[in-house]
Amino acid sequence: MTEAGAGEAAWAGALPESPLREAGRRFRRNGPALLSACYLAFLGVLLVVWPWVGGHDANAVSEAQFEPPTWTHPCGTDVHGRDVLTRMVLGGRISLLVGLAGAAVSLVIGVAWGGVAGYVGGRWDTFMMRIVDILYALPNIVFVIVLITTLEVFLRGFLERLTAMQADGGLPMATLSRLLFLFVGLGAVSWLNMARIVRGQVLSLRTRSFVDASRALGASHARILLRHILPNVSGVIIVYLTLTIPAIVLYESFLSYLGLGIQPPMASWGSLIAEGAEQLNSVRNYWWLLVCPAGMLVSTLLALNFVGDGLRDALDPRLGR
Amino acid sequence: MTRYILKRLALMIPVLLVISFLAFVLVRLAPGGPFDQERLPAAPEIEAALKAKYHLDEPVWQQYVRYLGGLLHGDLGPSMKYRSHTVNDIIGQALPVTLMLGLLAFVFAMGVGIPVGFYTAVRRGRWGDWIVSFLALLAVCVPAFVVGPLLIMTLAIRWELFPAGLWESFRHAVLPMMALGLFFAGRIARLMREGMIGTLQSEFIITARAKGASETAILLRHAFRLAVLPVVSYSGPLLADLLTGSFVVETIFRIPGIGVFMVNSSLNRDYTMVVGLVLLYAVLLLALNLLVDVGYGWLDRRVRYD
Repeated sequence: MTEAGAGEAAWAGALPESPLREAGRRFRRNGPALLSACYLAFLGVLLVVWPWVGGHDANAVSEAQFEPPTWTHPCGTDVHGRDVLTRMVLGGRISLLVGLAGAAVSLVIGVAWGGVAGYVGGRWDTFMMRIVDILYALPNIVFVIVLITTLEVFLRGFLERLTAMQADGGLPMATLSRLLFLFVGLGAVSWLNMARIVRGQVLSLRTRSFVDASRALGASHARILLRHILPNVSGVIIVYLTLTIPAIVLYESFLSYLGLGIQPPMASWGSLIAEGAEQLNSVRNYWWLLVCPAGMLVSTLLALNFVGDGLRDALDPRLGR
Repeated sequence: MTRYILKRLALMIPVLLVISFLAFVLVRLAPGGPFDQERLPAAPEIEAALKAKYHLDEPVWQQYVRYLGGLLHGDLGPSMKYRSHTVNDIIGQALPVTLMLGLLAFVFAMGVGIPVGFYTAVRRGRWGDWIVSFLALLAVCVPAFVVGPLLIMTLAIRWELFPAGLWESFRHAVLPMMALGLFFAGRIARLMREGMIGTLQSEFIITARAKGASETAILLRHAFRLAVLPVVSYSGPLLADLLTGSFVVETIFRIPGIGVFMVNSSLNRDYTMVVGLVLLYAVLLLALNLLVDVGYGWLDRRVRYD
């Protein structure tokens, strides 16, 4: 359909549309992706403004234990009488923050690794990609668990000393160091696919004539890679970035579910689902504790995946089928 | 082929050495030790005696050399937390459970994913495709720790169809298998659909159609064989993800597998146990990947190993 449209434009003698605008048009025509993007935007705004409009304090304990959903508590209350919806918003902030920051870390490592391997080529390329292959075959999440349970204490101590000098509080240090650890740890195990994809693209781009031209003009290797090659890969990078975010959100909730992620009283979607699962018993049915956070997590992941797929179809029609 | 396999096996040794060394040093770097969470605060002499018994008073490199010596005999050492058991004992008891669960989930994921992907590709663009493809995407977005508790809430507690936990009979395995396998069934369905659609557009299918082959023969004999390749190459990482995914499922359903030990031992600083389990996971994954690569070459004759 789009090829036909572009063909008509060319026949009419009009200038061909810029690739970016064309991609935007293709994306807007993709109903599910557009709807998901709207949902994510709504969710983002909600997470930011909630403390001013929500009316509940996320950590306020009350007598109203295990209240089923009502108008005052749309998702009920938990074991300490806290409003579950407010805690879901709080958890959503953490979950999405970890997802975004982890994806950013994986972006930096993956693009640098893949870009250099593809650009340098030859033995170094083989060597670097062999390392990726080996890491790919290893139980990465096992290493994250070992790292979190062993080395995190050092980071916390370091941060505590750092803030003791600055003498200002804010987030508790345990939370901050765990968050930083999740960013780096989850980013560090999620860059492998990115590196492979970037490397493949760079490998084919570096033989193109515009690269020879800029080399002949005396551009440095760093300049060629950063200014000429990587911008051409940006579409693919964006697509895989959007698909990395849900993967990292999943990882984070997996760890939080096991009690290795965010610690109480802070929450993430994973830890809320874990709290809900703990209350499962055959006497009383506190379904809202499980269903509400799970619904929010699943709908967000679904939307992120739809947007990722939509971007892929829009930016690189050859990739999507 | 034999040379290729031998080469891959030889490459595993340095990788495993590096992994075991990293894990060995990392757990010892961490503050605290395997003996601090005792019920009674141990007298310094007792702690010293315990450390001496497990050679923790030696320099780390010496401990590592000793550990490697044991490893040569297939001995992963004594557990420092469950002191009447060796790591070999614990793995010997827990590994079959985890492997069984992983295998069941693998069969479930393949058994559901491949037919679903096949169906959606053949019905491409129709209502059936839309609905089933959406369900497959939904499955990819619902992690095991959501499916598991939901299954318990509905099938186990509400309707009492299956037991909510433990590991005794096949009936006990049904819910964990579904909780672990559903996510991967979705991934496989999506891969299968993509592969099938790509293959159906290739020239040899058009040729087969032109020569008047029946639609069933085209789909099953010509297209399927090629379209299933992405699924085969995914099955290596899939098995890896099933093994690590079982941490959560084992916790939810109170199944005595190695996943529970993995999390607890790194929290308890059970040094030998952590290193042993990390090594076990690494060996399992490397071996499974080798198996997948060999299987791939057998399915797709265009792949050559030198």
